[in-house]
Amino acid sequence: MINEAPILPPMGTLGFLRFAWRQLTSMKTALILLFLLAIASVPGSIFPQRGNNPLRVNEWIAESPTFGPIFDALGFFDVYSSPWFAAVYLLLFISLIGCVVPRTQVHWRAMLAPPPPVPRNLLRLPQSLEFEVGAPANVVLERADTYFTSRRWRVVRTETSIATEKGFLRETGNLLFHFSLILILVGVAVGGLFGWKGNVIVREGQGFANTLTQYDAWGGGRFTGAGRLSPFSFTLDEFNVDFERGVAQRGSPSLFEADVTYRRSPGAVAEKTRIEVNSPLAVDGAKVFLVGHGYAPHIVVRDANGVVSFDDSVVFLPQDGNFTSTGVVKVPDSDPQLGFQGIFVPTAPANNLRGPTSTFPGPDDPSVFLSAWRGDMGLDAGAPQSVYRLDTEAMEQIGIAALRPGQTWALPDGSGSIELTGFQRWASFQIAFDPGKEIALAGAILAMTGLMLSLFIRRRRVWLSVASISQGVTVVQLAGLARIESADLPGELQLIRAAVGDLPVSASEKAASDV
Amino acid sequence: MNATALAGASNAAVYASMFTLTIAMVAFAISFASGRRRSGLTQSQVPVVAAVGSTAVLTKPALDAPTEDDAGRKSANIGMSFTWLGFVLLLVGVVLRGVWAGRVPWGNMYEFSISSAVGILGAFLIVSLRRDVRWLGLFIVIPTLLTLGLAVTVLYTEGAQLVPALKSYWLIIHVAAAIICAGAFTLAAATAGLSLVQAHAERRGKVAMAKVPPAEKLRTLTYRILAFAFPLWTFAVVAGAIWAENAWGRYWGWDPKETWAFITWVIYAAYLHARSTVGWRGDRASWVAIAGWAAFIINYFGVNIFVNSLHSYSGV
Repeated sequence: MINEAPILPPMGTLGFLRFAWRQLTSMKTALILLFLLAIASVPGSIFPQRGNNPLRVNEWIAESPTFGPIFDALGFFDVYSSPWFAAVYLLLFISLIGCVVPRTQVHWRAMLAPPPPVPRNLLRLPQSLEFEVGAPANVVLERADTYFTSRRWRVVRTETSIATEKGFLRETGNLLFHFSLILILVGVAVGGLFGWKGNVIVREGQGFANTLTQYDAWGGGRFTGAGRLSPFSFTLDEFNVDFERGVAQRGSPSLFEADVTYRRSPGAVAEKTRIEVNSPLAVDGAKVFLVGHGYAPHIVVRDANGVVSFDDSVVFLPQDGNFTSTGVVKVPDSDPQLGFQGIFVPTAPANNLRGPTSTFPGPDDPSVFLSAWRGDMGLDAGAPQSVYRLDTEAMEQIGIAALRPGQTWALPDGSGSIELTGFQRWASFQIAFDPGKEIALAGAILAMTGLMLSLFIRRRRVWLSVASISQGVTVVQLAGLARIESADLPGELQLIRAAVGDLPVSASEKAASDV
Repeated sequence: MNATALAGASNAAVYASMFTLTIAMVAFAISFASGRRRSGLTQSQVPVVAAVGSTAVLTKPALDAPTEDDAGRKSANIGMSFTWLGFVLLLVGVVLRGVWAGRVPWGNMYEFSISSAVGILGAFLIVSLRRDVRWLGLFIVIPTLLTLGLAVTVLYTEGAQLVPALKSYWLIIHVAAAIICAGAFTLAAATAGLSLVQAHAERRGKVAMAKVPPAEKLRTLTYRILAFAFPLWTFAVVAGAIWAENAWGRYWGWDPKETWAFITWVIYAAYLHARSTVGWRGDRASWVAIAGWAAFIINYFGVNIFVNSLHSYSGV
């Protein structure tokens, strides 16, 4: 055997492009891209994602200094906005368009074309019948015609035969499904480009106005007009929460609602409403969702002379399901500066074996554990600081203490005192504006419609020919062809036979289909 | 009936169902084993229907002792009866659980699991009304018993009120669709797995499981089940997205549960494409169907228990 490379026709740039396009739009490529999409989605469920939990991402990177930065560079913490994820789904959509557009043309032509004429030898088709009917040929044809047209088959009738076809909605549904996926992608893109989303923590009695500076975190799309946020505002009047007290699922929230007063614009009438987990407040296209809650201990700090240098409730962030919460009190105006790291427990443990850890999320026995620091908080350096972190680099610890509401701790170095006067609740809200969600929903509904059409409708062709053998006796040949596996064609042919032959369909003939 | 009695009755019904299903499993296993031996029989030993005039007479090679095939059929029928009984008992258990809790019984993983077991059995029994799928019984009862076993041991939770995030009519719509899909996906994974075994034997010219239809029929059945389940799963995901938009302020946030629901969806979409791709129709498509089920199971157990997700309502 001679090892010789086959001689191929020269493939120019155009030829190569055509080749690449054919490869990309082939079903096999689509299949592989689907698998890639499934695999590419997995890391996002294993690694914490910046979009959902930026704090966990930072912790993860800090805990593994070797792999953390590598995974970060590879985009494992932003999987769904990473270039490689985008590459997979964009290729998939290009492949989809390249497949669906030509199929639409083919389908359009097929819908305009009449059913193919009767094959020469009907009995050679895999599903066929031959039987005699005691009626003239034209009567048989007329009966068949009535059967087919009343069931909305497309019918072409000649002197001695009928060619019919049905089930075009299958391919229509299939195409609709794939085009609707594009519509969903458009909806997602519109939401991403024009929408925005922000988070804010509001204490009871405090207000919020919808401007960028009021948010704790805010993110908008490329074409979001940050200056054009709708000018609504609201006040958190009261936050009600209750927890399961029985043995079963003890500590799970059982009630979770925020009473707010809101205004659509600064001059508008104040309206009262209640925001709950499954019932957000809709204002001017934006929606205000209740997403979390916590405690804000009220702290009063006095200097050595008893003059109040700090008097406010401070948001503490929950760390566990029982609302063991941590927070920081900063008193920059005292000299030297004072800072407190605190742990708030709504229900103090019966003993101190496990340290300051809450045993129940409700405020049955609230107390705060404080660690006092003195020195320079580093606020003057100009770098922005988190309100939840105390920079103790240039500070010295002066003592620790535990306080219940109403108790005061005289600082050991004589620089003053700190009092826990009580606590307030806070609620965190997510405020979102997504102009693309209706588009995505429309796409989803159309996709489901198309999917059901494409999976449940059967496309099939049936031919029938008649020949008179004597006066009033006709030989009928009946055959069908279905391209899809779920077709129940034998049963249908029996029904047609019954319709043209006036024969009752026996039970055994009806159950002609097996699996 | 007071609350304690209701809770006790619900648990008793679940345990009774497990007992019944164990009997069904043994019966199906006996039937399955007897089917294996049939391939060794010679033609003359197989019952023959002989037409004498207009009367069909069933001649048996040995009239005194039932053939192994007869024994197999009998125990398959016993298995079916006990499966029905187990299904009814389990349904009672689920309903009583709901009555006790005063809500739909889908508030934690124990309740999801016993409901999914109802879904698996229900999907199987509905199919069994239309065609003879007794051969599939063993492969349905085993995963059901595993699910129930996990539910009563690891996942058991006393009934409690729903957490506020679950207090929505979307719970019923979204979770009901997911439970039916659990049943259909498990069914399809069983038929796909059996088709692989049959195809392997057929390639060697043997009969691996005489009771079980040939590989091609199993593949068609798998396709039919998934053609029903895929739109329903699409609906479950879309309903979840609508609910998420209403509860959390975004319809899609790549929460681990959402991610795995998406992965499951993509794999089953790949299955449907594989069915119409040359070279993928046979065993490869069956493997894809099994992979889809694996993704569904990872989503159910893995994400609920091991991953920090907004969907962590397991109560474990």
